[in-house]
Amino acid sequence: MPKDHGIGASSKRREDVRFLTGRGRYTDDINLHGQTYVHFLRSDVAHGRLHKVDTSAAEAMPGVVRIFTGKDFEGVGGLPCGWQVTDRHGNPMQEPAHPVLAQGKVRHVGDPIAAVVAETAAQARNAAEAIVLDIEELPAVVDMKKALSADAPKVHDDLTSNLCYDWGFVEENKGAVDEAFARAAHVTTLELVNNRLSPNAMEPRVAVGDYNAGTDDSTLYTTSQNPHVIRLLMGAFVLGIPEHKLRVVAPDVGGGFGSKIFHYAEEAFCTFAAKQIRRPVKWTCSRSEAFITDAHGRDHVTKIELALDAENNFTALRTETYANMGAYLSTFAPSVPTWLHGTLMAGNYKTPLIYVNVKAVFTNTVPVDAYRGAGRPEATYQLERLVDKAARELGVDPVDLRRQNFVTQFPYATPVAVEYDTGDYHATMDKLLEMIDRDGFEARAAKSKADGKLRGLGINCYIEACGIAPSALVGQLGARAGLYESATVRVNATGGIVVMTGSHSHGQGHETSFAQVVADMIGVPEAQVEIVHGDTANTPMGMGTYGSRSIAVGGSAMVRATEKIINKAKKIAAHLLEASDSDIELKDGQFTVAGTDKSVAWGDVTLAAYVPHNYPLTELEPGLEETAFYDPNNFTYPAGAYACEVEIDPDTGKVRICSFAAADDFGNVINPMIVSGQVHGGLAQGIGQALLENVSYDENGQLLSASYMDYAMPRADDVPFYQVDHSCVTPCTHNPLGVKGCGEAGAIGSPPAVVNAVIDALHRGGMTHVAHIDMPLTPARVWSAMQG
Amino acid sequence: MYNFEFAKPATIAEAVEALAGEEAQALGGGQTLLPTMKQRLAAPATLVSLNAIPEMIGVCVNEAGEVCIGGATPHATVAREAQAQYPALAALASHIGDPAVRNRGTIGGSLANNDPSACYPAAALGSGAVIKTNTRDIPADDYFQGMFETALDEGEIITEVRFPVPQKANYQKFVQPASRFALVGVFVAKYADGVRVAVTGASSDGVFRWHEAEAALSADFSKAAIEGLAAPTGAMISDLHGSGDYRAHLVKVMTGRAVAAAS
Repeated sequence: MPKDHGIGASSKRREDVRFLTGRGRYTDDINLHGQTYVHFLRSDVAHGRLHKVDTSAAEAMPGVVRIFTGKDFEGVGGLPCGWQVTDRHGNPMQEPAHPVLAQGKVRHVGDPIAAVVAETAAQARNAAEAIVLDIEELPAVVDMKKALSADAPKVHDDLTSNLCYDWGFVEENKGAVDEAFARAAHVTTLELVNNRLSPNAMEPRVAVGDYNAGTDDSTLYTTSQNPHVIRLLMGAFVLGIPEHKLRVVAPDVGGGFGSKIFHYAEEAFCTFAAKQIRRPVKWTCSRSEAFITDAHGRDHVTKIELALDAENNFTALRTETYANMGAYLSTFAPSVPTWLHGTLMAGNYKTPLIYVNVKAVFTNTVPVDAYRGAGRPEATYQLERLVDKAARELGVDPVDLRRQNFVTQFPYATPVAVEYDTGDYHATMDKLLEMIDRDGFEARAAKSKADGKLRGLGINCYIEACGIAPSALVGQLGARAGLYESATVRVNATGGIVVMTGSHSHGQGHETSFAQVVADMIGVPEAQVEIVHGDTANTPMGMGTYGSRSIAVGGSAMVRATEKIINKAKKIAAHLLEASDSDIELKDGQFTVAGTDKSVAWGDVTLAAYVPHNYPLTELEPGLEETAFYDPNNFTYPAGAYACEVEIDPDTGKVRICSFAAADDFGNVINPMIVSGQVHGGLAQGIGQALLENVSYDENGQLLSASYMDYAMPRADDVPFYQVDHSCVTPCTHNPLGVKGCGEAGAIGSPPAVVNAVIDALHRGGMTHVAHIDMPLTPARVWSAMQG
Repeated sequence: MYNFEFAKPATIAEAVEALAGEEAQALGGGQTLLPTMKQRLAAPATLVSLNAIPEMIGVCVNEAGEVCIGGATPHATVAREAQAQYPALAALASHIGDPAVRNRGTIGGSLANNDPSACYPAAALGSGAVIKTNTRDIPADDYFQGMFETALDEGEIITEVRFPVPQKANYQKFVQPASRFALVGVFVAKYADGVRVAVTGASSDGVFRWHEAEAALSADFSKAAIEGLAAPTGAMISDLHGSGDYRAHLVKVMTGRAVAAAS
């Protein structure tokens, strides 16, 4: 019987009541007394020298309160980068300044030049149109390889080139890797592009800045995945406001996918301007504006090579990747193609020697940063496409080739610096094959052929590193932050429990699943537990939600705090029961003296904590509230096997996904329904990347895919009914819940399955010349590849 | 969006008068115009809504047996009410945009805009329809004059579109993945006096007739009849969704499918 309560139960998402009935409270729902509105005048050229910004006519427009330009931010900090990568020669990356409003130059279409604050949003926009700009347009760099040529225009004049860093990993292994290639019985090579994506959260970004002159307190309401991170970055690095004078609130947030991790100029502007004009300042991003300001994802160009011995064992792997940073370094941009990508290049395989080279490049495009999966999808896509190609070249079954090279002994230290604590890759592969009826494929393919269609099957594995991250380790790797998580558990006198977590839910369902954990530990109904998040004023310093870290790190902090609560409650119960606290057991909300029928209820203990008439006051403080900070020992390593079956219409090149199956090992699962939902969403995004989505710039840096007319998001009829399974469980060994994280797996594991399936279909259809097609596999691209 | 005046006339005569005003602009369903205004790329002083003129709304059959559709008739109404008389036209209307678009967008608005990727121009040209305005009747062959260009004069209103009903017809749309407008759409209609083939989405000159296919299909209305034809050449659109060669190829594929599916 499935559980109906606590850990392992598919409890209904309590937050959906407000989301589905229009009672959510999003940042745009917040309107403050005396509020003004800001409109940003943005660059419409990709690269230009800013000679003059004449605001005189605009200042006289109706409703204008004040117009800000880059000059107003001289002496104010720029937007900081939170991760410093050291290059293969031991030098720090090139790190350009990133002003809140452009100073001297504009570097991408969308770069903010001036900000008009007015009584209404329409007045602000009207006045922005009256600003006269003198911009000398400069040649733009868009293509990464061209950007690195000696005569390329420089995005940042004060840097030596457009190269942010040239990273080698593990640099000491380079020689050994090259030698292994020289000895290889077979080498498979693949060049591919991991296409640039626009995140497109359902809720565009919004910021409301407020300042209380009576107390000198600033408040920012913002669409963030991590309000404390924004408070720290903006307060310490940009505006010089100490944390106790700055509150950041991220209320209901309608999706992030990484794009709402970062500290953006608009947030800093609204906070800054509110203090300057002594009135609240609100900015609501339009969808058009989101396309040119939200940090994009992916955008890697890679050459990858695999060396195999005569028995088809993987002996070495070598990659060379160009990673687009865009025009500025977004908050965590440098970490994505390095530590979140290079460390995953071993995949599920025991390849003994690996060398990863990444050149990060500045271009006149929107900054690129973490997007659902962040580095791990890029690693998985390269590796799983490459292994498929190797199997085809060697004439062996792609599943067999994978199985032969699986890591099977755990813990397993990869040659790329991480240690997988646990896993069972054969188990998820077995489960997958059980789900997809591989033996029946030939019959299905024959039926497709009879219908004039080409059918293909793509299978792949993935591994990812979640639960970021051990603070000491990431500190060594260049992180300028710790990556622990926090929780305060406050028990009220009548037994209700409030958990204040540093994690942030923007669609993940924490308010439900976190409550399940605490309710299970104490043995009270889930409804007795409330989860509070998103406000620096009432939650402990936490690092927020991304990298599938919330249950693994935030959940662990909550478990630790709850354990402290239980320990203290047992002491109180022992006093009430006149027993030794080591004899007290807690079960189903009752404290019992072991081996007796003496017990006291949870509510009696919590009441005693706050009405301590009969209480061990000399030994124990009254009250029942505990905080824990949890810093993980290691990453967690979810892994799995995915399969996609496609049918191609050879007349048009259109790919239809017939079925998609995902067998994941997420460790222990708190709420299976929510986990399935997370996988569904991830798969939709991965299929979107594989078939539909693409950010496209022309050679002048103009964004061609600047609206939904040209940027294709997956719709319901683009995706199949998924088969998902997470019954293969190897619990994480180093966190108290044994959980690994599930938020990104779908987006990481699915693109190679789709592409492998399409290539398989084409080969079965006789088009053996098609070794690879770059994503997205649009009908036009597939048809074009078929023509040879 | 800039501020504008709004007029909602109840008769064609009132609409014509309102449109004579300075910088007045007719508003059909607003499916193109309103987003353009929101982007501040259009700024009419007055919007003259054509949606409250009863004589311009509805589907009927005239004495000649033609299906007559009022210029302000929404796509959803055409999908519903033309089904019995002209199923291919009803099917085309039922696949324009999404339900919200189909309940706001109008046939007159679509034809007046003449988007090179819109569906209705293919039906009008493929059916040899007559575009009736407040001043004259314009044969479809004379009406479409290139991308976003039509024979309409300033202030002229499409009051009705008259479709001769073919023996067989079908519309095949291959959608652009993002917008789901036609990357290529082909309308094939077989009449007693010959076959018409109209193509939308493919050409930067807007909707056009593929005469070679018409000749071949008039002689032999079968998919095989066009197999030997070269794909049409001309000013094929080449953009991030597909090359000109791809579009030309799709024209032939979609034409064949329309012939096979015609009923």
